[in-house]
Amino acid sequence: MPRNGLFIEYEYCTGCHSCEVACKQEHNFSDGMVGIRVDEVVTVGPDKVHIDFIPFTTRFCDLCAVKTEGGEQPACVKHCQAMCMAYGPISELTKAMEAKPRSIILAPR
Amino acid sequence: MAKSDEKVILTTLWSAGCGSHGGCGAEIYVKDGKVVRVEGDRNHPHNYGRLCPKGLAISQYMYHPDRVTHPLKRVGERGEGKWERITWDEAFDTIEAKLKDIRNKHGAESVIFCQGTGRDIGGPITFLMYAYGSPNWVQVGLAGHACYTPRLGAMFATQGSYSVVDASQFLEKRYDDPEWVVPKYIILWAQNPIPGCHDGFFGHWIIDCMRRGSKLIVIDPRSTWFSCRADVHLQLRPGTDGAIALGMLNVIINEGLYDKEFVEKWTYGFDELKERVQEYPPDKVSEITWVPAELIIQAARLYATNKPSSIQWGEPVDAMPAGSVVAQAINHLWAITGNIDNPGGNVIATRSHGVTTYPFSTAELTELYGEELVKNLNEKRIGANDYPMIKNFRGWVQPDVLIEQMETGKPYPVKAAWIQTSNIIGGQAADPKRHYEAMKKLDFIVVVDLFQNPTSMALADIFLPATTICEKESFRSWWQPLCVSQKAVDEVDECKSDWDINLELAKRLTTNPIKYNNARELFEERLKTGNTSFDKLASKGGWEYPPAGPFRPYNRHERGLLRGDGQPGFDTPTGKVEFYSKRYEEWGLDPLPYYEEPAESPVSTPDVYREYPLILTTGRRSPVFFHAEHRMIPWLRELDPDPEFEIHPDTARDLNVSNGEWVYIESKRGRVKFKAKVTATAHPKVITAPHGWWLPETDGRAPNFFSTWDHNINVLTSMGNQSKSGFGGTNYRASLCRITKIKD
Ligand code: SF4
Ligand code: SF4
Repeated sequence: MPRNGLFIEYEYCTGCHSCEVACKQEHNFSDGMVGIRVDEVVTVGPDKVHIDFIPFTTRFCDLCAVKTEGGEQPACVKHCQAMCMAYGPISELTKAMEAKPRSIILAPR
Repeated sequence: MAKSDEKVILTTLWSAGCGSHGGCGAEIYVKDGKVVRVEGDRNHPHNYGRLCPKGLAISQYMYHPDRVTHPLKRVGERGEGKWERITWDEAFDTIEAKLKDIRNKHGAESVIFCQGTGRDIGGPITFLMYAYGSPNWVQVGLAGHACYTPRLGAMFATQGSYSVVDASQFLEKRYDDPEWVVPKYIILWAQNPIPGCHDGFFGHWIIDCMRRGSKLIVIDPRSTWFSCRADVHLQLRPGTDGAIALGMLNVIINEGLYDKEFVEKWTYGFDELKERVQEYPPDKVSEITWVPAELIIQAARLYATNKPSSIQWGEPVDAMPAGSVVAQAINHLWAITGNIDNPGGNVIATRSHGVTTYPFSTAELTELYGEELVKNLNEKRIGANDYPMIKNFRGWVQPDVLIEQMETGKPYPVKAAWIQTSNIIGGQAADPKRHYEAMKKLDFIVVVDLFQNPTSMALADIFLPATTICEKESFRSWWQPLCVSQKAVDEVDECKSDWDINLELAKRLTTNPIKYNNARELFEERLKTGNTSFDKLASKGGWEYPPAGPFRPYNRHERGLLRGDGQPGFDTPTGKVEFYSKRYEEWGLDPLPYYEEPAESPVSTPDVYREYPLILTTGRRSPVFFHAEHRMIPWLRELDPDPEFEIHPDTARDLNVSNGEWVYIESKRGRVKFKAKVTATAHPKVITAPHGWWLPETDGRAPNFFSTWDHNINVLTSMGNQSKSGFGGTNYRASLCRITKIKD
């Protein structure tokens, strides 16, 4: 079985927090517990201030086992408002990554 | 996908729950009669399966232990927090008796009907109010009526219709529709669309357009996610947006970059506008706004020479000193470049199928309730006789005049308030203490809501528990497609939908018989005007686009689809887009746009500026809250736990304030406690704070009212600054403040 992961084109991640709340709802996680966190990264360039958001899976991410076994997308991927997340075999995600600057692949399991 | 023991109901969100301006298609997963999950509907063209955090947290909102789930009456003094559970019969009987008595003694106009933000409430509240006979429909607290109505009014006057960014939302196939063209540039003017669906526009449509090639111009005092991805960022001084618009018009006209054919054929008053904008050369505008002249010129050129391009604007435009004048100037920008009802420009937005849920114009009010009623409304409607624009555009009360009238009792006393899902004191009210003082003198106040909040605790005599969107039926035509909300589960405990509450009371209070046995019959009658029905829409997944005709884009002015007489042109007195507004002229306003300095600013009040050397701009949106709601929802609060303001690192260093430190923000009018977020995204001279903060976990009784006076940024704003139109002028977006350390 190939390992699956999440591909995130963080260039488009807006920090909307939908992935985090979708994950909490899917797993009914209590306070403080969540499968993904989004961090704000502010950098100061020569001509402007940049804001990027970087989502990162935590140890509680199970890649939405229940949903994905049923053939569905993980909750975070489905609800991502910027549509910047994808789920699939890591070997395929790396191909997508070739074409997308400012992206990451996360393999939480 | 539903698990075997679950069922899924498709619905449209736009009411309590997510709370927002809505339109998203949602899948409600139900098990044993309870909502277990709310997900996005991937087949819905509004959101294609996406959903914001507030939508995703609806189940936590519905089943929250603090939700009020049966009618209450106050048994102690106002503010004591002593409530007794009563039956609906007792609640309705009490309200009926009180409101009839007040109508007999003081006239129906002495009762005001108050709503908050624009969601489905506009339908039921107007229905109840007109049945009762009052003309006083109001967003109490919204000084200068600073939320969309000024922009709508400016567009109504200028072009006779409303426009929005064309993100393909009026086409069923959306981005794949061959008729749609990607906007080359999108100007994001005074708005960060990420946190929500402002004015019914799903914010992330902007990202969809960016992915398809749209470039950005951002006009915002802060650096934002968008500004760092933009070709040009005009980081202006808060409150000076009108000068930017006039400066851009100056460049576009003087450099001959406007759409000559469109201007020639479809506009009126170009020469007058040309003359007026000579007062705003880029150098002068630069001085007013702090934005380098080259950038203003560059923004104007990029926008004007890349057609189609589009302008997305935010609520700050409504709060500008001259109110609807700034909106008028921005409207002129898209008109002068011919970006009106063209693919990829500012497309004309109409209610779907011509159906009305929430009356957006005087014409709609007339359609629903008849000319006679609308005429009568104007006689006693508060503010209508002070402001011709308020009188002639929509059916609202002018909110500042209302408070003054409550204070003076002139020209007639206000006796009672029906407050439906509006947290006036903890939310929108500029100078909330003044609102509290004025409102607590009323004889009788009913609050309809889902949770106790500072307003209900301070004012309610009767509390009626309303439902979330999952527990009721509703319908939506703002703007398109036409959607229905289906009832996924029975009402939680004894809660009732706003429509059901208002219909029941309307029947008891009306002076004319009401023919509807239930809310569904009313929906069906209104949907019939669009040649469709509730069940038909529900069976199609909850939505439907209108057929070809006046409700479909594009170029409707050429096709004779905008005017009542069927002639080509626009629905204005001259039939053209009016740079020189005949309607403004008729209403005693300057027919041309101009710049007005904020009432309190480094320029207009240098003395105050010496003592309060920072500019405060409020109303920064959080992606996990809607206005004053959701602070009690654990999944959401965890992501934005404290009232936080943004301050630049240099400014913070000068003041010896560190990141995460709690400080006072003070103005001439008071002080509040906020936590500092030290970030380079702030302008060094500007601090930015969110509104609507109160702490549901603290004491709700007087005088604390859930800590609203400590954390409500509007303690620093003031009312009564409206412009000559009755709109705008308040200081939500630009006032002066200082930061002081907390010593104790
Ligand atoms: S894949 Fe599932 S478990 Fe992992 S972060 Fe996304 S929503 Fe959470
Ligand atoms: S849902 Fe998508 S856009 Fe929103 S924060 Fe998560 S990754 Fe970013």
